[in-house]
Amino acid sequence: MLRSLQLRSLRSVAEASGLRGIATSAASKSAWFTDVPQAPTDPILGITEAFQKSQDPNKMNLGVGAYRDDQGKPVVLDVVREAEKQIAGEHYMEYLPIGGNKQFVDRAVALALGDDNPAIADGRVAALQSLSGTGACRVMAEFMARFMPGAKIHISDPTWANHHNIFRDAGVERTLYKYYKPETRGLDFEGMIADLQKANEGDVILLHACAHNPTGVDPTADQWQQISDVIKEKRLFPFFDSAYQGFATGDCERDARAPRMFLEQGHNIGLSQSFAKNMGLYGQRIGTVSIVADDKAQAKKVESQLKLIARAMYSNPPMMGAHLVSNILGDPKLKQRWFVEVKGMADRIIDMRQSLRSNIEKLNSPLPWKHITEQIGMFAYTGLTGEQVDKLAQEHHIYMTRNGRISMAGVNSGNVERLSAAIHKVTTA
Amino acid sequence: SPPQRLIAITDLHCAPEKFGLFKMQAAQMHAQSSHMIGGQAKPSAAMPQGRIGICARPQRVARIVAGANSKISQVPQAPPDPILGISEAFKASTSPDKLNLGVGAYRTEELKPYVLDVVKKAERRMLEKEENKEYLPIEGLASFRKATMDLMLGPNSKAAQEGRLATLQSLSGTGSLRIGAEFIAKFLAGTTVYVSNPTWGNHNNIFADAGVEVQKYRYFDPETVGLDFDGMIADLRAAPEGSVVLLHACAHNPTGVDPTLEQWQAILDLVKERSLLPFFDSAYQGFASGSLDEDAAAVRLFADAGIELLLAQSYSKNLGLYAERVGAFTYLGVDADTTKKVLSQCKRIARAIYSNPPVHGARIVAEVVGDEATFNEWRSEMEGMAGRIKGVRQELYDHLNRINPDKNWDFIINQIGMFSFTGLTPAQVENMTNKHQVYMTKDGRISMAGLNSARAEYLAKAIDDSVRNF
Repeated sequence: MLRSLQLRSLRSVAEASGLRGIATSAASKSAWFTDVPQAPTDPILGITEAFQKSQDPNKMNLGVGAYRDDQGKPVVLDVVREAEKQIAGEHYMEYLPIGGNKQFVDRAVALALGDDNPAIADGRVAALQSLSGTGACRVMAEFMARFMPGAKIHISDPTWANHHNIFRDAGVERTLYKYYKPETRGLDFEGMIADLQKANEGDVILLHACAHNPTGVDPTADQWQQISDVIKEKRLFPFFDSAYQGFATGDCERDARAPRMFLEQGHNIGLSQSFAKNMGLYGQRIGTVSIVADDKAQAKKVESQLKLIARAMYSNPPMMGAHLVSNILGDPKLKQRWFVEVKGMADRIIDMRQSLRSNIEKLNSPLPWKHITEQIGMFAYTGLTGEQVDKLAQEHHIYMTRNGRISMAGVNSGNVERLSAAIHKVTTA
Repeated sequence: SPPQRLIAITDLHCAPEKFGLFKMQAAQMHAQSSHMIGGQAKPSAAMPQGRIGICARPQRVARIVAGANSKISQVPQAPPDPILGISEAFKASTSPDKLNLGVGAYRTEELKPYVLDVVKKAERRMLEKEENKEYLPIEGLASFRKATMDLMLGPNSKAAQEGRLATLQSLSGTGSLRIGAEFIAKFLAGTTVYVSNPTWGNHNNIFADAGVEVQKYRYFDPETVGLDFDGMIADLRAAPEGSVVLLHACAHNPTGVDPTLEQWQAILDLVKERSLLPFFDSAYQGFASGSLDEDAAAVRLFADAGIELLLAQSYSKNLGLYAERVGAFTYLGVDADTTKKVLSQCKRIARAIYSNPPVHGARIVAEVVGDEATFNEWRSEMEGMAGRIKGVRQELYDHLNRINPDKNWDFIINQIGMFSFTGLTPAQVENMTNKHQVYMTKDGRISMAGLNSARAEYLAKAIDDSVRNF
């Protein structure tokens, strides 16, 4: 109604100015969208934009979490190149089913939950191929909005910024649980448990399966047990975001312990899985979303509803990434080679953590830096303030997200000293 | 008490790296607990080679009936997708006579899926280039975005030069429509989208899930098996000013009935008069007539009129890239500043659905369009595909005229594109499937792409039988 009035008044203005017969929108003003505000730059992807604008020859991009080798170059895994060659010219491009490439989904879920997981054997896992982790989380969020009305999603403070966008846009109410303790640059375990105790029955808890993004701080196995106990006691639903399996410790089995342990403990979990980092398939948008149901019949129903959500979002998922991952996971030789490559990436990052820490400590920094090696995965939560981050960008052409998160993948033997010196400078100025 | 400690030890031992200081204790405790359980270390199937542990194998424990889980337990079965469900039924059938006229994917004369030669060429080139697999920007591959704008509006269009095009690579037609729908929900709250009656079934799902109200405008006339133009104009005129009207750029799905150019002009005049916002769905550019330019005529007519419009493009059919999910959402604006802001908001929307679009299909499009020779080859292949469909329409028409000259079958050759609305009733459709093994959607739609010369007569007889006897 209001819009019609606005349009009519626009038209009368146009007519009054002698623009009779010309549609209101033919003037240089939008009839609908003049009030659309410029959206803020994405805090993570916007860093890359700023980096690309910089002309400095020694600029460093420590923003987005994409792996780089020791020369700072993007990496395509050998097994991926091999799989590409294998499938070249061999495939049709027909629509996948709404749920995606079934062989891919089965192999991916088996990777996450274990080949002999009883939940899989019992047919209790409702799973779809998804548009990487983002797509998986969004499908889960829409599912929550539709089938768990009133349930809140509990998100760690901090978390990957896009979690907030996803659940907000799906219309799911968000609440935070304490997670990061700035004083220790570690886990605020007591705070986390206390906040989980406040959750209502039926709420969903978003947990990072390993290599927490952005802090790199993971619960210990003992702490996971206690988290599981509280979730059980409060009758909450655990939803795991697994974007770094294999990439955290270098061991795919170990990095999957938390979701598997929850299943062993009798939880039915939700799971978002991404192959962006561990297979280097960022641009392919390949992952899975799954929900473990009580039994096979219920899993089928849940899966049918997940498909309805997907159908109205993108109809069916893209083929190429699924084909590549399925080939790699399905070939024992390629799979073993992949394990080695993933461990190689994880090891280089662990090396860089040690190198960064020792370099800063060598400069006699007054601040503690052991958190750099205690944190795990692609990201380090440095503890740098927003102002210090800004200085690093403006004065040193080193780009990271304003929460002080750095992507360790962007650190290499060629730039770690310069980075250490720059961090030391801005933290002692 | 001892059992709890045993569990704690198990967990610690399973992941020693995390607990450097616990390593030694764990080793000691391991020795103790091995003793406690009779000295037998039971390796878990989940443990990597060479690691002895006392981790238990995954147990079947009583399922926790958490509140959330009981909500999940109540989730009902969703109905099968009406279109994609047909393919599934077809696959399940064992009859040698079966014919799949369900889903709209092109088939060769041999009824095989078709990968275009230019696509194979492009993929070979891409393999040689050994490009990386990094994230695309949220708005997609720049060369693809330029190619897609040029294809729709012609190279170096005024709108592109004046910065009035906000184009976002997205997940084929569906994904592009969803971006548009979310944008409408957010910035045109309360606006109704008018869709043709009938329209592609998934249009309704997309707008519903985005929370946008949908109404219908008259479109298909069962009497003439053609366009109810007067009804369409009347319904659009009655729509509130500022409403969105969803238009099929060419080869209307499911009817195959397109307005003439004169009718498009009249629709444009009405859109201007009533300040309606057109939202074009372009899934068949080049595939309908065989000519990219001809199939873009309606969109270009509107674009040249200096009005705002929304556009969803798909490369599923015209480049055969179905499974790669390549498409684009575009806002054509009247000033560069607003256009820039709209793009930024569309990026925000996309970020929360899939972050950034898949790279493979976009690179194929860019490769094909970016090379003059390949682009021309593509044009010929498109003419080939469109030509085969036109040919098979003609054959079906000829057979039907021969078998049943009393009925008017003109609509078969008047309709255009992959689909034909046969005008068959649900009962007749059931007969088509049950008696003749012809799989088609209940609304009477057949996919001409699934028909070939060899089966045209069979189909004609089946249609004739259904029309006469049901």
